[in-house]
Amino acid sequence: MQDTLKQPQKDALLTKTESISGSEAVMRAFVEEGVETIFGYPGGAIMPIYDALYDYQQNLEHILVRHEQGAIHAAQGYARTSGRTGVVFATSGPGATNLVTGLADALIDSTPLVCITGQVFAHLLGTDAFQETDIINITTPCTKWNYQVTDANEIPAVLAKAFFIANSGRPGPVLIDITKNAQVQKFDYSGYEKCNFIRSYRPKPIVRKEYIEQAAQLINEAKKPFVIFGQGVILGKAEKEFKAFIEKAGIPTAWTIMGLSALPSNHPLNVGMLGMHGNYAPNVLTNDCDVLIAVGMRFDDRVTGRLDKYARQAKVIHLDIDPAEIDKNVKTTVPVWGDCKETLPLLTELVQFRNHAAWIQRFKELEQEEIDACIYKELNPTGDELTMGEVIKVLNELTNGEAVLVTDVGQHQMVTCRYAKFIQSKSNITSGGLGTMGFALPAAIGAKFGAPDRTVVAIIGDGGFQMTIQELGTIMQTGINVKLLILNNSFLGMVRQWQELFHSKRYSFVDITSPDFVLVAKGYRIEGQRVADRAGLRDALKAMLEHDGSYLLEVMVGKENNVFPMVEAGTSVSEIRLK
Amino acid sequence: MNKQEFTITVYTENQIGLLNRIAIIFSRRKINIESMNSSPSEIDGIHRFTIVMNETEEVVRKLVRQIEKQVDVLKAYYNTGDEIVWQELALYKVPTDEIAEKVKVERLLREFGARAVVIRKDYTVFETTGHREETDKLIKVLEPYGLIEFVRSARVAIIKESNGFHEKLKEFEELNPSVEVVANEYLNKQEEVFDM
Ligand SMILES: Cc1ncc(C[n+]2csc(CCOP(=O)(O)OP(=O)(O)O)c2C)c(N)n1
Repeated sequence: MQDTLKQPQKDALLTKTESISGSEAVMRAFVEEGVETIFGYPGGAIMPIYDALYDYQQNLEHILVRHEQGAIHAAQGYARTSGRTGVVFATSGPGATNLVTGLADALIDSTPLVCITGQVFAHLLGTDAFQETDIINITTPCTKWNYQVTDANEIPAVLAKAFFIANSGRPGPVLIDITKNAQVQKFDYSGYEKCNFIRSYRPKPIVRKEYIEQAAQLINEAKKPFVIFGQGVILGKAEKEFKAFIEKAGIPTAWTIMGLSALPSNHPLNVGMLGMHGNYAPNVLTNDCDVLIAVGMRFDDRVTGRLDKYARQAKVIHLDIDPAEIDKNVKTTVPVWGDCKETLPLLTELVQFRNHAAWIQRFKELEQEEIDACIYKELNPTGDELTMGEVIKVLNELTNGEAVLVTDVGQHQMVTCRYAKFIQSKSNITSGGLGTMGFALPAAIGAKFGAPDRTVVAIIGDGGFQMTIQELGTIMQTGINVKLLILNNSFLGMVRQWQELFHSKRYSFVDITSPDFVLVAKGYRIEGQRVADRAGLRDALKAMLEHDGSYLLEVMVGKENNVFPMVEAGTSVSEIRLK
Repeated sequence: MNKQEFTITVYTENQIGLLNRIAIIFSRRKINIESMNSSPSEIDGIHRFTIVMNETEEVVRKLVRQIEKQVDVLKAYYNTGDEIVWQELALYKVPTDEIAEKVKVERLLREFGARAVVIRKDYTVFETTGHREETDKLIKVLEPYGLIEFVRSARVAIIKESNGFHEKLKEFEELNPSVEVVANEYLNKQEEVFDM
């Protein structure tokens, strides 16, 4: 154990120490860090911590989930709507390994989490003891930091470090594994000190004025500048600063799936979503702009398509808090390292007022092409079958864009992200980087705990719903109010679409049967109904939203609809197909 | 860009598990580590890794950034062979009677700067340090005399231009974020920016 992790030695005469257990120290650390909600599941190796929690029920609300994957996705949803660190408890062995998917998801989507896992007694480590797994090594590639505590003395400082690391710089998940002996061990506790400095860790690279100046000059000289942004704007709490920047510079702006809702959908400079199923204009014009300004995004391959045909004509300005992102996928002309909350205002000051009317008009023209080719018929279908798009359209009308939308993974996710209207930040919760089916149901539960005053609607496919369906039990037990909207196409739709387009309709194991979801919900004492026709759609959505409590609405949609436009894998963003 | 040999030097906290955290940055990208050495550094409590690999500079630069991103890593540098002084140590075990009989061997060993570390009735262990080619050559030389065992250590390297880590550490220990930023080499070569 290095020195920086030890509790500062205070003058024994001035500081009263008291003897407490490691588990008690965990509780006190949580209270000091302002933790209010814990998502967890008990088991042998974490029992001393749960025993300590018994006395802290007034301060710490513990949500008993039905599976540890549910706990961690719920903590992710909580973190994403609240901006705070999500906290998870799990036992050793299977409890800990059940967290792995969520850790990977949280790492790639930069979500701040502190996960506490119990571990077998230190003297049993390495003996293949009951429920022993090497969770530190298992989770090393999917945590921002992890650490095993074997001595209670370490707990206050290690937890302080964990909370600091999780929610500073580029946020991410931290896992702390605590052996059972450390949980029960009594030690001299001399208070909790929050951590705000680690000598080997620089959360924010310092802002360099010369790069800001060079960026401003490129922007001021640009004829066809284009701003693309991601979740960095939300994580940096820089929505206002971002809006001020694009408005002054008059630059058309597109969001990645993770950037959704950081700007109102109807903002005149918002030209839509980037990426594989994004909008036509921003994809095509990426390869036409002269200066590309990327803010808090990481040029994921789903956004860039074929890299060697991506924005080759453009000078690239990249604003990011993580130096490892600069030049990782796309070479940067001017790197603007730093927290965009700090860099954006500096940039705004130096850019000139502009109005790129003719350039923005190009986006409008291409948008019209997209409306004509796909959007109109998706939102105003004439056939008997319901489309996913029209469901989202009616939902928009009923929520006025005020709801938090939590999506799972697949066609319904893409359709929702394409057509949902947002007026408020932190309203789009989805598994963007990892594409984790089963994310939405537990994440919606957590999202509601993170934003209790907001309406939370989970939009989920019939496949993904069955991946974490057990969390209906968590809804039942907590009485939380989340709206569950299943878009049932009786297929693993997104995979079926690919099989149709790229595997000559050889539908290999995508035909999935479902239980009677409404009946299942009823078993969990959750109200619900199924709707299959246009006439009943609006009333059904209304009933769902107006119901006092959780509600499950299953909408039967067309079985073989496809999501378009689409940038096929291995093609350029400007080769995006409309059908 | 062509692949060439690079040596990465990493200063870290002395933390269990960090070796794994660094190693998987390479294995995840299917990059072979030629050699890896972990040892104390000039500063008490700070560890120093020396990692050798064959890669393009672009890949190595990205690797170094991923390494520096790790919470417990203080700083990582990468260098080509001419920017460092490096050595590897090799041990050779040969039957004692073979070499005792053949005086020529002794002369050869002297030529290679090898010395005997253990001499027993049944075998003798020689040691030599140097660059890869030198230690390799001695294998060839000893093979005819019944080389029993051979082992070579990981590379250790000293960066020629470095003033050591003391100053840098002081900077890191201040509460302010470090002013250090790797200059972006593309800034002054905008026309070449897009040769990916
Ligand atoms: C855990 C996991 N397994 C598999 C996949 C691959 N996958 C991506 S989308 C999809 C189909 C999803 O089907 P459904 O939940 O019914 O939603 P739909 O696409 O029909 O809207 C699958 C299997 C995944 N993303 N995540």
